[in-house]
Amino acid sequence: MHIKWNALAQTAGASFGITVAVVAVFALGILALSRREAALTTREGETAPAGGGRLALAGAYACFGVCAAAVVYGLVLMAAQ
Amino acid sequence: MNSPFISPFTCETGLSKPERSGAIFANVQLSATWVTIPKDSGHRQDTIGTTIPGSVHLPFTKPAYGHARHQRPCDNYDDCLGMEHISFLVAVVIITALAFDFTNGFHDTANASATAIATGALRPKVAVTIAAALNFAGAFLSVKVATTISGGIVNEKAGIHPEIIFAALVGAILWNLLTWLRGLPSSSSHALYGGLIGATIVGVGMNGVNFDTVTTKIIIPAVASPVVAGLASWGATKLAYAITRKGNDAATTKGFKTGQIFSSSLISLAHGTNDAQKTMGIITLTLVSVGALPKGALPPTWVIVSAGAAIALGTYMGGWRIIRSMGKGLADIQPPQGFASESAVSTVILTSSHMGFGLSTTQVCTGGIMGAGLGGPKPELRWSMVRRMVYTWGLTLPAAALVSGGAALVAQQGTWGVALVGAVLVAGSGAMWMISRRQPVSADNVNDVSDVTPVEAPVPVDVNPAVAPANAPTPASTTVAA
Repeated sequence: MHIKWNALAQTAGASFGITVAVVAVFALGILALSRREAALTTREGETAPAGGGRLALAGAYACFGVCAAAVVYGLVLMAAQ
Repeated sequence: MNSPFISPFTCETGLSKPERSGAIFANVQLSATWVTIPKDSGHRQDTIGTTIPGSVHLPFTKPAYGHARHQRPCDNYDDCLGMEHISFLVAVVIITALAFDFTNGFHDTANASATAIATGALRPKVAVTIAAALNFAGAFLSVKVATTISGGIVNEKAGIHPEIIFAALVGAILWNLLTWLRGLPSSSSHALYGGLIGATIVGVGMNGVNFDTVTTKIIIPAVASPVVAGLASWGATKLAYAITRKGNDAATTKGFKTGQIFSSSLISLAHGTNDAQKTMGIITLTLVSVGALPKGALPPTWVIVSAGAAIALGTYMGGWRIIRSMGKGLADIQPPQGFASESAVSTVILTSSHMGFGLSTTQVCTGGIMGAGLGGPKPELRWSMVRRMVYTWGLTLPAAALVSGGAALVAQQGTWGVALVGAVLVAGSGAMWMISRRQPVSADNVNDVSDVTPVEAPVPVDVNPAVAPANAPTPASTTVAA
């Protein structure tokens, strides 16, 4: 019996790494969105650094973009089989 | 009458997808040896190069008979009675394969939608509708998995008859329905593999099964994949909570719920790609075995469409009992946990099918939910449910093998045997459906579980009418069969 322990370990490692990375990036995106909301509310009261909201929004978009890329890559893998 | 007609379906083989042809070619090479023709095995050769095309006498092939070059002596059904027992068997196998596909969809709706429904990311009906549509779409995405229905588990040279495939499907369907009735997420793929193994042992003998392959391709991934999914989901949950701890609570919940729509959709798509193709493979192999499709044919379009439709319909019907046990029975899942679990599940399924490990979506999902439950802010799991699920996983393969072995024994006796097994299948399915009506679980009450403590014996709640009124009307009785 030939068991491919190597391939098994690779699969396990890749699955763990990709999952944790994607979820972490997505969570960062959500955090950025909620920072932006915070920045927008402070700006109404007083003159906060105006770039804060926009920067957070750009960060959020970047994070979600990375997640979307991961999903697209997954779809490509699925269709390429 | 020895000359079988050619099925019209041979004409539409979807050659417009050239990238598929390599995989399919390999598939049919394999399948041609995997299934042998029980009777009249020479008939295919007889017809090649003659003016009388071969055909299979399927009831639904008649409208397309006109494609032949000649008026054939068999254009009238009554002339073809000689083929009838094979035709009957082929028709029965195709219908049973589609029925299995239906139970597969129905059983596995929970995989993609249980967590999305439990966290409120999607309303129940919406969740199953999306899952159904994506399962259907997934059926068209790829045909590689169709090459691994037998996957070397069954020794191709030993010869597998349509009767054996039929018996395998019967065992798989009955086990799927029984576990659904008890609300237990068991693996449909394992049920099918178990059925194939049991039917092959009875029909061909022990040498028909490659037990090494069973270990490396089924048992090891079955043990490893839920653990990997659980670990990944646990880590992702921890991290998701740690990162968003300082964020606004409402925004975080909304964000993860939106994310869940995508992650659960990906699971549905992957599920359709993997599981609908098992049915496609079975139907194609059966058609090849009786000469209705040439060796080397792609799965005909009607096979792809009907397999996709069967799994989508099953998914849309929703195995609500299983959705309830997975979404509410294991742990209280919040949106970050649901998103982490679904991401882990899609990743594990995609990476392992990329690396060539077949695994059970159901077991991966359960592992993911367990990991998310333990990784949450209040780590908890309902261990009694975990235990029941793990027992079921262990039982699935041998139980389906046992039922299919028995079915193979009877089905091999001839047409009456096939008919008898078919009747038992219909009666058994009907009985389980009737029992399920006693405590229906539907889209409306799928989330109504205050405290799920599933009881071992689900069915005979009202066995003793004298005693029952005294202690029956507790909330527990409504969750008993969930």
